Amino acid sequence: MFTVFLQFLFSGLTVGAVYALVGMGFNIIYNSTSIINMAQGEFVVIGGLLMWFFTESVKLPFFLAAGLTILSAGLVGLLMERLTIRPLKSADLLLMIMVTIAVSILMRGVLMFKFGKDPYTYAPFTEGEPFTVAGAVIQQQTLWVIGVTACCIVMLYIFFNKTMMGKAMRACAVDTTAAKLVGINVSRVVMISFVLSAMVGAIGGIAITPISLMEYDKGPMLAVKGFCAAIMGGLGRGRGAVIGGFAIGILESMTAGYLHSGMKDAVALVIMLAILFFRPAGLFGSVAMSRLRKF
Amino acid sequence: MNLKRSLLLGMTGVFAAGLFATTALAAPDTIKIGAIISVTGPASFLGEPEKNTLVMLQDQINKAGGIKGKNIQVIIEDSKSDETQAVLAAKKLLEKDNVIAIVGPSTTGESMALVPIMNAAKTPLVSCAAGAPITNPVGDREWIFKTPQYDTSAVEAIYTYMKKHGITKIGIITISTGFGDAGKKALQELAPKMGMTIVADEKYGPKDSDMTTQLTKIKAAGAQAVINWSVGPGQVVVTKNWHSLKMGIPLYHSHGWGSKKNIELAGKAAEGVIAPLGRLVVWDKLSDTHPQKALLKKFETDYKALYKSEPGTFGGHAYDSLMMVVEAIKAVGPDKKKIRDYVEGIKKMPGTGGIYNMSAKDHCGLDMSAFEMVIVKNGDWEILK
Repeated sequence: MFTVFLQFLFSGLTVGAVYALVGMGFNIIYNSTSIINMAQGEFVVIGGLLMWFFTESVKLPFFLAAGLTILSAGLVGLLMERLTIRPLKSADLLLMIMVTIAVSILMRGVLMFKFGKDPYTYAPFTEGEPFTVAGAVIQQQTLWVIGVTACCIVMLYIFFNKTMMGKAMRACAVDTTAAKLVGINVSRVVMISFVLSAMVGAIGGIAITPISLMEYDKGPMLAVKGFCAAIMGGLGRGRGAVIGGFAIGILESMTAGYLHSGMKDAVALVIMLAILFFRPAGLFGSVAMSRLRKF
Repeated sequence: MNLKRSLLLGMTGVFAAGLFATTALAAPDTIKIGAIISVTGPASFLGEPEKNTLVMLQDQINKAGGIKGKNIQVIIEDSKSDETQAVLAAKKLLEKDNVIAIVGPSTTGESMALVPIMNAAKTPLVSCAAGAPITNPVGDREWIFKTPQYDTSAVEAIYTYMKKHGITKIGIITISTGFGDAGKKALQELAPKMGMTIVADEKYGPKDSDMTTQLTKIKAAGAQAVINWSVGPGQVVVTKNWHSLKMGIPLYHSHGWGSKKNIELAGKAAEGVIAPLGRLVVWDKLSDTHPQKALLKKFETDYKALYKSEPGTFGGHAYDSLMMVVEAIKAVGPDKKKIRDYVEGIKKMPGTGGIYNMSAKDHCGLDMSAFEMVIVKNGDWEILK
């Protein structure tokens, strides 16, 4: 019985790690702009597909391929911000969110032209048999996904708390006008937030593709789940998205395991709604602060 | 003003004469066959190889002298994977182009939408979609035929093979799309009739990335084998999870597994996976005397030479649908009623999907013998005896 439970838990952790990474990407942009970037899922897809391109098609060594993939994704994020978000700077927030939806559709189209509709995959980071813990099996790649997620969390924490740029971004999150008044270059902060969140998304894509495969239209599903993770933890809260992501992944897996697999999406969403019902600002958000924001 | 008017009149005249001339020229020499295919839209993965196949066959037939000296023209309409567009396309083909038969559509939904139209127009339709309701009940489907195998035939083939190997308790896992639901229904309906017990019945979404939980449940329920019913990346993820869990029970896939791409994606994990597949993917492993072999070889090599990709099962459906109509015209001439009667009477006709035996009661003409049970060994298919 315990083995089965552990197996469900491992499955939930695998899925949850991805949701957490996508959720964190949402938060980075939301914090400096209040925009909900609906193209967040596409960054993950770009990560997976470009990594395939660099390792399997161009045959570059692993680290070079990963570096190039992350840089390219950052560039896509930069272009997205400079070409679509910046020109509309004074526009309504809702309009900006619409623009991100348009960009996500555009990216899907381009990816489809370049990669077609077939799924892609490449070898896991380390070859070898899966580990067995008390009878339950955990794939090596799952550990990599969780490890990579953890690294991202730590690095983002250091960036936001210990570096000048990170502190400037947090200042923008609190109050853009005040940040401007103390001399922070808000436009650059917004740009960096897009680059950063595209990179985090791409890292997630690189890590999960050996497990889940990647195809051009996987983005929207990832975005929805990642958004749920961010909402559940409290939009804008770094650790909130992480805990939200893992919580949703584990909830889905447990529902599939102990109730029925047909109900897993529904139950996870119902529980999320229930949490928001009692804590409208999410698990870690503060109600007072969320009232100050438009979204 | 006057000049303008006379110019206009003159031009209209030329146009009309031109139009008249082309129709007058085309009418006696070409036999027009309509085709409604999902070239774009969500079902374009079906429509793409189907369209390619039709174009290739049309050129081949005409190059070989056509049918009794007459060229055929396959007029392909894109249904955009949409029922309404399919209906509009059918009306255009019937009323404007006066086609004598229609090949397609690519999906079950679109085919169902055309049933009343084709019956009213008394024109034969040979669908490229698999759903059983397209041709059943056959009483209301006088003019409707289809070439892909029934889902139930694939299930029958799996169950028959399992029974031979002493498997009676199975766990099923299906994708939550039309394909998966149809398979699930067939698996559930046939299980009691063939002495199978379904001990676990699991589902997953088309974009899910981990099915370990469902497989763990199936194993805990005491199943002797897993049957997965899906198309797309889901079947690869299930295969990988099945492999890493070391479940110790065999994994069976549906006839949607029949693409080398799946073996490539799943890698080592695909070893030992069993599926009922049409003979198109294993033609090189058939004995030379098999009636389908020569035809499959020619189709696959011609298609690959022309399009640099594999026709797959779906290209094969278009091949079978068009060739039935062509064979009928060869035998009885371009007459709608006679074509219908000929197709209904087809016996032992080899196609890509199997050997067709149509009858007044069966407008598909295939049963489980259309499938071979195929196992993955050393990264390649191998036919199980």
